[in-house]
Amino acid sequence: MLIAATIAILVVMIMAMIRAFIGPTLYDRILAVNMFGTKTVLLISLLGFLMGRPEFLDIAIVYALINFISVIGVLHYSDSSIFKRSDQQKK
Amino acid sequence: MDISSSVFLLIGSFLYISGGVGILRFPDFYTRMHAVGVTETLATAMILIGLMLLNPEGLVLIKLIIILIMTLFISPTASHALASSAMQNNLIPKLDKNEVNEKETSSNS
Repeated sequence: MLIAATIAILVVMIMAMIRAFIGPTLYDRILAVNMFGTKTVLLISLLGFLMGRPEFLDIAIVYALINFISVIGVLHYSDSSIFKRSDQQKK
Repeated sequence: MDISSSVFLLIGSFLYISGGVGILRFPDFYTRMHAVGVTETLATAMILIGLMLLNPEGLVLIKLIIILIMTLFISPTASHALASSAMQNNLIPKLDKNEVNEKETSSNS
């Protein structure tokens, strides 16, 4: 059942990458990349259990923190001109 | 113990697949955010609880609990920041036709 969950997470990561490439607005891309990072945390912990090395959970904790900091760091620039220009293109 | 962890992992995998289909097929940014929010809290909690039932011993269990608590704090915070930033930059939700006209006229005036 661990293998089934791992394959499901890999499929969902491929779907998130497709949305990140074709996303019409910038926010779709940010959302897809955030989802990709969250799935990576779960993939690392599942692989740790699958290969019998639970030390991977430390890497999963660090990756969750990196993911959060990257999303907040990108959104910190949401007042800049790149975000405004992408919205004008949508209208 | 093994059967219960398999049930939790199966529920989590199903929610993951449904969220992945949702992020591809939903028509709007905010509805896609709803689909992603389901996977980021509920499905992650299901899979982590399944892993906890699989290996109930000392330090590994504590690390899994730490990951679960951090995920439950972090992903709603990131989703809230993303949605409020999209709303401040005038990303209008996709509504019915009349409501879109009302919204555009009210925002223009």
